[in-house]
Amino acid sequence: MEALLAGIIACLTGCGVYLLLRAQTFPVVLGLTFLSYAVNLFLFATGRLIVGQPAVISDAATGYADPLPQALVLTAIVIAFAMTAFVIMLALKARAELGSDHVDGLAAADDRDHDREVGP
Amino acid sequence: MNLPIVVLIPLLGAPLAAWVARYGRLNAAWMAGALAALALGLLIPAKLGVFRGETLVQTIPWMPELGLNLAFRLDGLGMLFAILILVIGLLVILYARYYLGEADCTGRFFAYLLLFMGSMLGIVLSENILMLLMFWEMTSLSSFLLISYWQYRSDARNGARMALTVTGLGGLALLGGFLLLGDIAGSYELSAILTQGDLIRAHPLYTPMLVLILLGAFTKSAQFPFHFWLPQAMAAPTPVSAYLHSATMVKAGVFLLARLFPVLSGTHEWAYLVMGAGLATLLIGAYFALFQHDLKGLLAYSTISHLGLITLLFGIGTPLAAVAGVFHIINHATFKASLFMAAGIIDHECGTRDMRRINGLWRFMPYTATLAMVAAAAMAGVPLFNGFLSKEMFFGEAVNFARDSIWVWFFPGVVALAGVLAVAYSLRFGHDVFFNGEPVDLPRTPHEPPRWMQVPVEILVAICLLVGIAPAWTVAPLLQVGVAGMLQETPPYYSLSVWHGFNAAVIMSIVALVGGVLLYLVRRPLLALGDRWHGLLDAPAAYRWLLRQLVALADAVTRRLDIGSQQRLLAVFVITAVAAGAAGIIPPHVPITGPAPMTLPDLVSIAVAITLVLAAFTAALIHQRRLESLIVLGALGLFVSLIFVKFSAPDLALTQLSVEIVTIVLLLLAMNFLPRTTPVETDKAMRLRHFLIALGAGAGSGILAWAVLTRPQASISRFFVEQSVPGGGGTNVVNVILVDFRGFDTLGEITVLALAALGIYALLEDLRLPPPPLDSAGRRWNWDLHPPIMAALVRLLLPLALLVSVFIFLRGHNLPGGGFIAGLVTAVALIVQYLTNGVAWTTARMPRNLHPIIAAGLLIAVGTGVVSMALGYPFLTSAFTHVHWPFADFELASAMAFDLGVYLVVVGATLLILVHMGLMGGASQPADPDPACRAD
Repeated sequence: MEALLAGIIACLTGCGVYLLLRAQTFPVVLGLTFLSYAVNLFLFATGRLIVGQPAVISDAATGYADPLPQALVLTAIVIAFAMTAFVIMLALKARAELGSDHVDGLAAADDRDHDREVGP
Repeated sequence: MNLPIVVLIPLLGAPLAAWVARYGRLNAAWMAGALAALALGLLIPAKLGVFRGETLVQTIPWMPELGLNLAFRLDGLGMLFAILILVIGLLVILYARYYLGEADCTGRFFAYLLLFMGSMLGIVLSENILMLLMFWEMTSLSSFLLISYWQYRSDARNGARMALTVTGLGGLALLGGFLLLGDIAGSYELSAILTQGDLIRAHPLYTPMLVLILLGAFTKSAQFPFHFWLPQAMAAPTPVSAYLHSATMVKAGVFLLARLFPVLSGTHEWAYLVMGAGLATLLIGAYFALFQHDLKGLLAYSTISHLGLITLLFGIGTPLAAVAGVFHIINHATFKASLFMAAGIIDHECGTRDMRRINGLWRFMPYTATLAMVAAAAMAGVPLFNGFLSKEMFFGEAVNFARDSIWVWFFPGVVALAGVLAVAYSLRFGHDVFFNGEPVDLPRTPHEPPRWMQVPVEILVAICLLVGIAPAWTVAPLLQVGVAGMLQETPPYYSLSVWHGFNAAVIMSIVALVGGVLLYLVRRPLLALGDRWHGLLDAPAAYRWLLRQLVALADAVTRRLDIGSQQRLLAVFVITAVAAGAAGIIPPHVPITGPAPMTLPDLVSIAVAITLVLAAFTAALIHQRRLESLIVLGALGLFVSLIFVKFSAPDLALTQLSVEIVTIVLLLLAMNFLPRTTPVETDKAMRLRHFLIALGAGAGSGILAWAVLTRPQASISRFFVEQSVPGGGGTNVVNVILVDFRGFDTLGEITVLALAALGIYALLEDLRLPPPPLDSAGRRWNWDLHPPIMAALVRLLLPLALLVSVFIFLRGHNLPGGGFIAGLVTAVALIVQYLTNGVAWTTARMPRNLHPIIAAGLLIAVGTGVVSMALGYPFLTSAFTHVHWPFADFELASAMAFDLGVYLVVVGATLLILVHMGLMGGASQPADPDPACRAD
């Protein structure tokens, strides 16, 4: 189980970093989202993997999952959303002001192909 | 608690002085004077105790765990300096009132001056050394403002920058030194540090600590080789020079030496470093002072020399040398401040400070000339003036020190040479300016200045004379407590009388006086020689060269790393992160796999994991086709929430689920305004590099996660689990942590959320991006934007969805749910209305302006905290009570109100972001469908 989660985190981080290094804004935003999944899962994993014991106090419970990483990750998820929204908005602003969706604002050749269907 | 007030009066008074200057330019001077006098008055009751030998310590706890307290201390040394700062400050304020011209902004000047005065008082009255450092940096900053007061002059700007750079550098070193000192002594409070001299001197970190602290002191007190900033700072208005560069700021360095004298002195390192710097500075300052043609330049180098003298005395390290050093601090402050003021008057009246042109002023201003010559005599060390007394003590100590060493002749000889130079440059100030022929081509015809401009000079000169003639009747008590404060013990016996009999010191004084007069007589060829050699020893040029090299280096590094490419920067960033992580595990000091028992995966988990990994790779592979990869991303988010479900985190699963929906809607909306596809990057090599970087990052994070997961856990969470019901009144521990135990964190987080929403709102203002007229397949959009059946259904769903969110909100404290999740559910329910019914229809039925909702949420959240404060508990303390209802028993916690705030912020922020994004293209779609389309 531990290996599965570690593998998932590794895969999400790798894909996220690859997308983050792309030259257009949209894949970068996707990459950030990937990374936030990975980071949230990693933070969550610091509470270790506990099955079937949610941190809700009851007499019948035999044990509890670690609530602290959960609380941290809960707000992290919401903040990651705010960050994604902010970054995508920066991308839109850049597109409006610079007429390009290249991360460095370069007048990209792709702009001519804007809205053109690229073959499969 | 009068000490903090004394420090705060000038600091808080600074904006006041700037404000009153609006109603008359001289008001600022009166205000500044009144505030300085008030501070001086408030210090009086404490002074009486200090004269009885008490040390007053007043502490306001701030962050005691970190050793940070607002702690103030008044002992003899601090009081001596506080009196110097306030009394000379008052005189300088009076002087500056007449010095500043009609065009000068008085409000700004006196505000800076008060700021500086408060910072300086803070230094000398600090009990906590970290606080002392803070005030230390404030003096650097405020002196920067004062030196650059005439902002339009480039020499003022450059001089101010140089002063700030050098003293700022010293401040950094001092911070390091203080941290080491606090670490060694186990406390940042002076009371504790000053009693631990033996421990500190024996500590292995003593030497680095000493070097760092001395760097701070030497840069501030313009000791060689950091002396060069002081002459450059002479571009400041003269009152500033009189105050900062004679009496106060440059004395902060020697104050620090005196303050830490009991714990730092008495070692070879101290003796070599402090005496070495002091001796070099004494000679270099005196030598260059003689060759200056600028009146203030002469005074600046002479100040450097005198500071070197004081440093040298502290370096000698005997109690009697300390007495001489403290005495000279007082004397130098009085005669040098008056000399600066006199120089300012001369500059004011003649329009120049060039001593080659200013000659024979005696005829024009005999009274000012008399005052200036008395002060110059004190500077030279002529008997019956105060400078003579401390200089004689200095000579005596130099002889005493050298008597038992190999330097028996050399050391007193060098000291006497400095004395000769001092007499010569003092003569140059006195004779060259007021006699020595006729003035040469002065811009103005000089005459006596306004009467009140002379008064501060008169007072200071009178002090010079009184102290010089009858020291035992005037300065003795102050000196006695000052030295006692410095040594932290009763000082040894010393005699303050003018005549001690014929001894070595008297011989040295005579040598200095006679030699100085002789040197002055041959000044013409000497000065000509000096002019020719000028430029060979140009310290500011060396400094500028060093600075240029530094900037060039930084430029080169930056240009290599930052070529204006985000891809490149991010690649460097990720590689660095991976390399730093890898450095920790290669070679492995501990096994990567920990000892904790592992759990076996079940088939469903394996299936989910494989799907998730495949989906992630798919999304990355097909990222050029944006819509498809976005859909896969949405699926990924759902899988992540499944993971949370599996591992006992229902709150996280709910949050992830609702955030995922909002995120996908957001990205879909954004995609409307961006190209549909990403062009294939042609650089294959770069893609391969990026792939390898990504592989490294993935492997690294995977190994890290594996290492964490296979180790047994030691968590502080038991506390939260145990205290959740008795302490927080809720059974859902995650929610109780969010709204109660760590409520302050959550408050910060919703503030960030609100700020992000407002930031996006600001970014979107006036942003118009027309949506493309055709879809990705080249077809026109469907004119039927809001299909009626779907719209009707969604409207029906709204109350149900809202009911669900209320339910989730209410149960949040005890069962999975809470403000965050309920807020997201509400937001999703409303966003669906916008999507299906259109923005126009929905905004007509909804509050259009969402800012008040966010504000209300934040206010409620803060309000719950404030209420608990008002009831006498710490911020955000919660209370709860058990409520009996006919149908159910439940706990009602005040944290629910906080959660309501969270809920409102989440709803408001999410809606604000999405609605304004949807509105960006004008209407959501053409409000009036194209008739041609309708005809289709």
